[in-house]
Order: sequence, then C-alpha cells, then structure tokens
Amino acid sequence: MTATPTPSQRSAAAAPPAGHSRSSEAKRRDTSDAGSRNDVGLGGLLAAKEVIVVCGTGGVGKTTTAAALGAMAAARLGGRVLVLTVDPARRLATAMGLTELSNAEVQVPASAFAEAGVTPRGELWAAMLDTKASWDDLIRRHAPDAKVRDTVLSNPLYTNITSRFVHSHDYIAMERLHELHSSGTYDLVIVDTPPSRNALDFLDAPARMADFFGSRLLRWLTVPYRSRLFTAASKPFYNIADRILGSRFLQDIAEFFLLFQTMEKGFVTRAKQVEGLLRDPRTSFVVVTTLETAPLVESRYFIDALAERKLSLGAVIANKVMPASLSDPSAAKASAAMRLRAGELAELLQPTVAATEPALPLATQTRIAGVFGEIADRFDDLSVVAARQSERLHELMAATPTVATVPTLEDDIHSLAGLLQLGGYVWRSL
Amino acid sequence: MNLLDRRLLFVTGKGGVGKTTVAAALARLASRSDKRVLVCEMDAKGSLAAAFESSPLTFAPRELSPGLFAMSMNTEDSLREYLRLFVRIPLLGRIGPLARTFDFVADAAPGVKEILAVGKLCYEVRERHYDLVVVDAEATGHIVSQITAPRAINDLVQVGLVRDQTNWMLDILEDQRTTGVVVVTTPEEMPVVESIELIERLNTTTKVAVAAVVANRVLPEPFGRGEQEIFERIDSIGRQQVIDALGDAAGAVLDAAELAVSLRRNGATHLATLRSRLPPDMLTIYVPELYSRSAGGRAAELVATALAEELL
Repeated sequence: MTATPTPSQRSAAAAPPAGHSRSSEAKRRDTSDAGSRNDVGLGGLLAAKEVIVVCGTGGVGKTTTAAALGAMAAARLGGRVLVLTVDPARRLATAMGLTELSNAEVQVPASAFAEAGVTPRGELWAAMLDTKASWDDLIRRHAPDAKVRDTVLSNPLYTNITSRFVHSHDYIAMERLHELHSSGTYDLVIVDTPPSRNALDFLDAPARMADFFGSRLLRWLTVPYRSRLFTAASKPFYNIADRILGSRFLQDIAEFFLLFQTMEKGFVTRAKQVEGLLRDPRTSFVVVTTLETAPLVESRYFIDALAERKLSLGAVIANKVMPASLSDPSAAKASAAMRLRAGELAELLQPTVAATEPALPLATQTRIAGVFGEIADRFDDLSVVAARQSERLHELMAATPTVATVPTLEDDIHSLAGLLQLGGYVWRSL
Repeated sequence: MNLLDRRLLFVTGKGGVGKTTVAAALARLASRSDKRVLVCEMDAKGSLAAAFESSPLTFAPRELSPGLFAMSMNTEDSLREYLRLFVRIPLLGRIGPLARTFDFVADAAPGVKEILAVGKLCYEVRERHYDLVVVDAEATGHIVSQITAPRAINDLVQVGLVRDQTNWMLDILEDQRTTGVVVVTTPEEMPVVESIELIERLNTTTKVAVAAVVANRVLPEPFGRGEQEIFERIDSIGRQQVIDALGDAAGAVLDAAELAVSLRRNGATHLATLRSRLPPDMLTIYVPELYSRSAGGRAAELVATALAEELL
C-alpha cells in the first residue's frame, strides 16, 4: 500500500505544496549568492554532491527522507547510490524490497522499482550502521599487532563503550561514511545521522576523537602505568580516584587507554580525514524538520551551526505540512457559511443522503445539519494547525533560502513508490 | 497504585511526541495535590523551561510555584556535589586536575556521565528532599543505557566506594513501588514501534518497572455514531450540491473533514497495535490532540487537565 496524497493534494496536484509561494521563489533567487548552496533544486543538489548528510531532531521523518532522496537519485539521475541509515525501522527495509538491513551494503532489487512502475537509471543500495561491528573493524585496521587487537577486542570496557553507551555512535557513523565514500564504489552516499541529544555531536565527533588521542591529559592519565613513577602533581588525583573507583577498575581503565594509545597515529590521521570529508565541497547537509516548535528550534540552531562552521547547507525539508487549502480565506468563509446554513443545506441534501440505496432512514434533516456543523468544526481544527504552520514556514524561509515542503501523508510509507512520492514532493518544491 | 504515588518517574518517548510537555504536566498535577515535586530536564535544551514559561533552568533547583521545583541536569555540577558530599574532598583546589581530566574520561569511560545524572536523581529521592522527582528523560534510544548505568558500573566495579554507591542507587531504581518509567507515544507508526520495543527491552534487560504509557495527541472521532455514513454520502454523492450552494471553496472544507477521518483512522490502527502488544494491566492514559497549542505553558496546562481526568 502506498502513501496516498491528501484529498486537496489530489485536487491540486500540480500546485506547489503548502506555503510555497511565488514570493519565496523570488526570494530564493535574490539570496542565491549569499550562501554556498547550489541553486538548481534537489536534482542539482543530488547530481552535484557525493555525500549528503541528512540531519534533524528525532521524530521528523529523517530516516525516511534520507531513503526517499536516495530513491529519487537512483531513479532519475542514475549512478550507484547508497543510503546509509543509522536506526532504521524494519518497515524501511520492507519498503525498499529488502528483508533486512545490515552493516554490509545490499542492492535494492529491480523488482521493487518495477512494482513502483519505475525503471531506475541507476542502482540503489542500502546499509545500516552496526556500531559494534564498525568499531571492531576500526580496531582491526589500526591495531599495531594481533596481541593489541585481541586484548582490546576482549576488554570489558571496550565492549561496554562500543555497545552499551551512546557517545561512540556519532564518531563511528562519520567514520563509516568516510570509508564508504573513499572506497570509490558509490556516486552518491546519503547518510542519516544518529539521534543525538545534541544535533551537533556528530559534526564535532571527528575533531573530538583526534583531540582525545592527541591529548596530553590522556598521556598523563596513563603515565603511572607506563613508568610507575607518580609525580607530585598526579598523586592526589590517583588517591581520590582510587577511593572512588577502586584501584583495580582504575588499572583496567588505564590499560585500556594505554592500548588505545598504540593506535593513536592511525586514529588521529583517520579522524582528520573524516573531518575533511564533512568540509569537502562535494559534501552537503540537508536539515529535516517539522513545523512544530521544538524541531524548529533545533533546526534553526543547526542551520546556524552549519553556517558557523562554513559547512554547506543544501536544503531544509519541512515535513508533515498541512495542505495549503486549509489556510485559504475563501475556504474559511465556506466553512463559516456551512455552519450558518447547516439547516438549509440539510434540507437540500436530505433526499440525496437518505434515499440513495441502501437507504439511510436515520438521516433526518436535524442529523444531517449536525454533520455539516461537524464538518465545519473539523476544517476549523485543522486550519488552526495549518495557520500556525504557515506562520512558521514563513519564518523559516526568511532565515534560510531553500525550504522544500512535504505534505502530511495520510498513510505511512510502505513501498518504494511511497518513498519516490515523498522524494517527488521535495524535488518539485525545491 | 496511583502513578503519582511513586517517588521517581522517568518520562521518555521518541523525539517529538511531547514527553517534555507530559513531564511538566505530571509535575504540575502532583504539586497541585500538595506534593513537593522536583522536575528535572536531562538534555539542557530548554524545552522544560518553555513548558513552565520560565527562564533557563540551572542545576540548583528553583521553586517555580509553591511546592514545584525545577532543575537542569549538569554532570559536572553533579560530580562536584558528589565529591563534596561523599568523598569529602577538603580543598576545592585539589579537584583541579580531576576536573580537567573529567571531560574526556566521562566521554570515554562507560557510563560516567549517565551515573552522575541518575545518581543525583536517586540521591534526591533517598534524602526525601521531595515527595516526587519527575525526570524529563532521554529519548527512547538512550533511556536504557542511562537507567542501566548503575547496573553496568556495578557489574564492572567489584570493590570501592562506587560499588557501594551503585548498590543504593539500584535499591531505588529497581524497586517497582519507588521508581517507574512513563513511556510517551503518539498514535503514529514509528513512535508506537519504538515504544513497544522500549517496553520489551526494559522488561527483559532491566528490573526497572514501566509505570504507564501515555498516548499523546490522540485525535478525537471526527463524527459521532451514525454520522460517519452521512458524512461519506455528503462528501461523495452530495459534494456537487454543497459546492453549488456554497462555492468552490466548500470542496476544501470537505477535504479537511476527509483528512481528519483518515488521520484518525490511521492513528486508531497504531493505537490498536500498541494495545495488543502491552501487558493487559498496563496503565494507559490517552491525551487528546490539542489543536490550539502544541508547546509552552498553555499546552502543559491543557495536558495536565487531561491527565487529571484519567489519574485523579
């Protein structure tokens, strides 16, 4: 089952989605020289870039949007496109005609495109980030010898860091992205970012990683276990740490960091390369948001942070936007008239409603008039939401030149056709 | 037992489902029934402050209204307080090197930040500074590692002060009458799937109880009994007559009602999935969609009113 457009989208299929006015079109052209963005729409963005990082707060449809952009690129532009997701729903795998996603890339079968009635110009591949497996790969690559490798891999602290705790996800996602990009296998890699408590964590993760291994503090922490010489400065620290943690645990930590240090050079070089990829002109960022308060605050923060770091913002995608017709003043008038003239309308409609086979004997004029009141109420409920959204969309457009809108879909996306439909909205409105 | 009679509630949910609003509403509600309440935001994004229309929150709790205190978690402040209270470090200057080391040790050593945060909350419960501590906790992806940090550390560290510390934290966290997780969801596919997975994970990998599920933004039935059929006929065979009477724009009004029907139907499917996967005795609270406001103090107040109807 595919996501069906809302009724008003059906009736106005050619019109741009909610809030995307002609004035914003003009505005975009005016400001095109202000930013580093490519001004030829989604097609241009996907064609020009080799890496697209899709970011945004949780619950805005980030993963689905990443998959939709990938599907569009493969279908329309060709080449070999990879979507790397971090935390995919099983539904996403199913939608792409795959039984499951894994750390290894798999190709979306031709049958999935055929079902959607599309002959793709290129190939669509998908993979899911497996944090533990990726970390293990990294250790294998950087360990100076088999002994260090095995000791680290079996260290209980290492297992904990890589699987149980969340901070390591940010770095590993960017590391895997770099690996896939530099393999030369793909024309375009679209990566969905991990759900962070701070949207910026993954941007800074490579730099933090490099800092960590290069830090004097790390050396200092492991000094006593290398030289067994306590300095006067570090003694109080170890006394305190011993009291808090117990010396065995502290020794475990130190041993672990010590082993990690033997891999320092490889890690630092690599982290710098990963950071370089994020800054590369071939990389662009897409921010996904809804028009709700909290995601918008986060998105604005994120847009500013990208600008501060001189990273390229390709587009902002506003998801789950109510149909434009809800903000139409003439529709609001019609709703008011419907409520006011409910009795008259009921009288007019009663024969049609009650007499059509099978007959509806309960459809009295009073009840029908009541239903007209309810219809007007439902319109008014949703138009409050639409009005709020439209206000926020304009604020967003004033802050950033390239906003695409995707309408509220009545159904969840269950197929490649659904993903392509979503991608189509972005394609048309950007 | 009544949800608000527990001592420590972690409110979690997928991003965007309104967990902060629900946490703020629960805290308001409890303080209104004369409880002394502390509500704590974990991510320092400021959305909890917004739910109280307050200035930014700090680590030191501030009384927002009589009996209702709010704070923002900060692991460095928590470490400082911990050292002062438990290790009795005599000179503040002495922790200089420790503070400098803290950042990366906390990033790399497993669970240090998590345990400092959870430890602070457990401490407030243990010392009975408040009747109820409500936590605007991490999202579904992170809550398990946060809440199990004391257990993880307890397993890793066999002796020492930390081991003793985690023991009493576990007594609080793993006591079902004291601590509970409130899982907030919306009637949408991904939030429901994540909530079900979270509840299963909590039940299988932790001893922390799930106290309630809050289904937020539940759309009301657009039409009463028997009215749905009438609407469908007006919308299909009667559509042209309505447009003739009211003008073309009336089509958009009918479309909106159609959208409301299908959004409601879609939501109802997801709620049915949720119900079928929850233990039958799970406390499930439904909060209706508030069209007028979706964030801020007014939304928290409206959600508190809705929760009161189900809880009190």
